This record gives sequence, C-alpha cells and structure tokens, in this order.
Amino acid sequence: MWKNFRIALKGNRWKWYFEGLQTTLTISLGAILVGCVIGIIVALIKYTNKKYGKLKIARRICDVYITIFRGTPVYVQMLLMWLVILVSLSDMTIAILTFGINSGAYVAEIIRGGLESIDDGQLEAGSSLGLSKLQVLWHIVLPQAIRRALPPFCNEFIALIKETSIIGTIGVMDLTKVADNIIGRTREPFAPYIIVAVMYLVVVLILTFLLRLLEKKLSRSDK
Amino acid sequence: MEQQEKNTVLSVKNLHKYFGKLEVLKGVDIDIHKGDVVAVIGPSGCGKSTFLRCLNRLEEPTSGRIEFNGETVFKKERREWKAAWKALQAKKGTDEYDQTAVNEAKLAYQELRKKEKATEKSIQKNLDKHRQKIGMVFQQFNLFPHLTILQNITLAPVKLKLKSKEEAEQTAMDLLKRIGLEDKANVYPSTLSGGQKQRIAIVRALAMSPDVMLFDEPTSALDPEMVGEVLKVMTELANEGMTMVVVTHEMGFAKEVANRVIFMNEGVIKEENTPKEFFENPQDERLKDFLSKVLM
Repeated sequence: MWKNFRIALKGNRWKWYFEGLQTTLTISLGAILVGCVIGIIVALIKYTNKKYGKLKIARRICDVYITIFRGTPVYVQMLLMWLVILVSLSDMTIAILTFGINSGAYVAEIIRGGLESIDDGQLEAGSSLGLSKLQVLWHIVLPQAIRRALPPFCNEFIALIKETSIIGTIGVMDLTKVADNIIGRTREPFAPYIIVAVMYLVVVLILTFLLRLLEKKLSRSDK
Repeated sequence: MEQQEKNTVLSVKNLHKYFGKLEVLKGVDIDIHKGDVVAVIGPSGCGKSTFLRCLNRLEEPTSGRIEFNGETVFKKERREWKAAWKALQAKKGTDEYDQTAVNEAKLAYQELRKKEKATEKSIQKNLDKHRQKIGMVFQQFNLFPHLTILQNITLAPVKLKLKSKEEAEQTAMDLLKRIGLEDKANVYPSTLSGGQKQRIAIVRALAMSPDVMLFDEPTSALDPEMVGEVLKVMTELANEGMTMVVVTHEMGFAKEVANRVIFMNEGVIKEENTPKEFFENPQDERLKDFLSKVLM
C-alpha cells in the first residue's frame, strides 16, 4: 500500500497536487468574490423591494436569476457556459464566472435571510435620526445582517470549494483533475484520490477555523 | 398672530390613519408650540403611539396635514373629496343624480392627485432633513448593537456631515457626562441595563440637536427600578426648554413635568388641559374611568 503512495508522489508528481490545489483555490476564491458581489446586490434589491416597495422590475429579474441558478445543476450550467455563452474566454475565467454566478444565487438568499432577521426598530431608529434609506441599509442593517449570515455563508463557501472538483470536465487542471491525470499514468486510483481528499479536507478545516475566528471577532458586541 | 405661528413647532390638522379598513386615527388636530411638554395618555389601542409615529412619518398617515417648523411634512386631503364623491354616488339612480357634478368631481380628483404627487415629491426630498430635527426615543431603545455607545451617538451627525468626527465625539462625551455614563463610551449596548440603554437612546437623539423630541412610551419596557433614572433625564430636558411630546403611562411625569396633558381615545383627542385641571377636574366620562383605574 505504501508503495502505491510512493508511486503517486514520485518524482515531480507531488508538486502537481499543489499546482492543482492552487487552481482549485483560485477558482473558489474568485467565485466566492463574484458570488458575494452578486449576492449582496441581489439581496439588497429584494430587501428594498420588500421594505419600501421600490425596484419592482429589478426584483423580478433577481427572482428569475435565483430560480434558474438554484434550480439547475451547476454541472449543466458549466457545460452551457463553456459550450455556448462564454466560448471566447479562457477556461479559468469561465470556471470563476460559472461558480461565481451560481454561488451568487445562494449567497443572495443567505444575505436576504440575514437582512430580514433585523428588527424593524433598527430601521426606524436610523430613519428617525435623519439617515437616508441607503445610509440606514449600509451602516445599520447590512453590518448586522452579514454577521448573522456568516455561519450559513461559511457553509456555502465550503460547498463551493468541493463543487469546483467538476471543473476538470472543461479541461481545467484543478486538484481532482490532477489526481485523474496521475492515475492515467500509474493505473492505480486509490492513493491519488486519498491524497486529494485529504487536501480538500485540510483546506476546509483551515477555512472553518478562520471563519470561526472572524465570527468571534464580529460577535464581540454580544457580550 | 405671526409671533404665535413662529413658535409653533408641530402643527397637525385633521390627521387620519387607517390600517387596512381599521381607522386608528379619526381626525387629530393639535398645535405644539416651542417649549411645550405634551403628555399623551390613553388606554392601549387608542392610537396614541400611532399618532406619535405619524409625526415624523415612521407611520404613513392616510390623510390630513402635518407641518413642522412651518414646513409641510405631510399633506393629503383626498378624504374630503372621497366624502363628497360618496355623497354624489349615493344619489345614483334617483332624479337628483347630477352628471355634471360627477364629471366635475372626477376632474377635481385628477387635479388633486397631481397636486398631491407634486407635494409628496418635494416633501420626500426634505423628509430626511426634517427628521434630523425631530428626535425620537423608542420603547425598545433600538440602539445599534453592532456599534459602541460612542459610535451609536456619533453615527448620524458624522454620516450626515453635520459635524466632523472629533466634534461629534466631543459633543457625545459632553452629553454622556451629563447623564453620568461617560465611562460607557466604548462598550457595546448589550452590556448596559435597560435604563442605561434608554438614557443613551435619549442622548443619541439629542446629539442631533433636535427642535422637538418624541418619546414613545420610553419607560414601558423598563424594570420599575430604572424608570426613575430615565424620567430624571427627561425632566431635566423639559426644564431646559426642550419641546417634547411624550406618550406615557407615567401619570407622575404627566402631572409634574408636562404643561399640557392630552387624553386620547378611539382615535381622537378627547380632552386636553393643564395637568392640574386634567387630573383634578376631568370632564370626559372615559377619562374619569381611565384615571380612576390608573391612579387608584
């Protein structure tokens, strides 16, 4: 058995795993950033519509977006993007955009949940001081909502990292694809997949730890 | 006459408010002058909180007129038209049904809506400005839990660019010193008692140097022990000449501090008087009943 691992890591091969990991992390981070930007905008539009009855058309568009991207498999979305919509872009960009746009739909719902959990009294206090609706949203509601949305957001990020393992299908050398490649040479599938699984796990554990730290820092006002 | 108008801070005319079909305010009229301390009392569900919240339009009135420092902050008078319209329609089918009058009413309605829209547009432009000068204190304090006390107080003045950060912090510290809570400047609201939170909430409103302060049952969510400290701050404010409208169940405060006491019931002001007359010689039957229950 140890022989299998030795073969799987032989020569320069151990470096490939880290190159794959780098690709996986780049896609994940890029995608979550895109997802956050889309998610926050969509959530704010839906929330503004609910609270103030404005932005009706924008809200409709957001609803359609969320329905489509949550209702279809990300694998199919990726293939469609690659084959039809974003043909002219590099594979990495397609990967980041696919997962970013997909994740945006989930992040939007997570943040909207956080926004709607904020007591109306907070909005009233803000507007009674003469702050504009936008200022109330930005300085009072959003910071509190983000704090509440952090745990489910963390889950979304972890799910996203693991989801990116399908990106090999369109030819991007991510962590999982590296394992496939090595197996193609060694004809021994067990060890590379175990190595890759452990690497995903370590990344997720580190991330969980970091987000817990952040949560702790943000919740200092609870004590 | 002019002098008097100048001194009117809030002027409310024929204010109506519906929640769906339920009419909560059925025509409230009142002028509040500079330096007035108006205590609003009444049984629960009588519309007193709704009335107060309509004054800075946290609650949207249905019709009527509100002026703040002589500037319109709410004006909708469609109700009068509706009454006239109903009267016209009631005659439908009879000989008296007057088609020309109906047509005129329709035209008048369109005119009215156009005017209302224009008024509302100009009001919305300035509403936030007006609200800066109408301080409000809530039953549930509504401090911002993610900000320190100092940040709670300075947020609005700084973000609205009324003061620099340093100035705002200086004012905040001065105000905190006055209520003896300067050592709490850098803690978060969750560490404070209810009474302290409410005093901070008052200071937060004061930091905007408002022309009038609205209090919505400021002591109702407090432990009995802490009511006193909040009333003390409010009394000091009143003595300094702050114009205040206070919805309250604290009869002692109404009696000692207010210069006008108002009894609201079923969506209208049933009785208004000086505290002395109000408590010693109530006229309205429902008020007598109410006072006998709360004063014992």
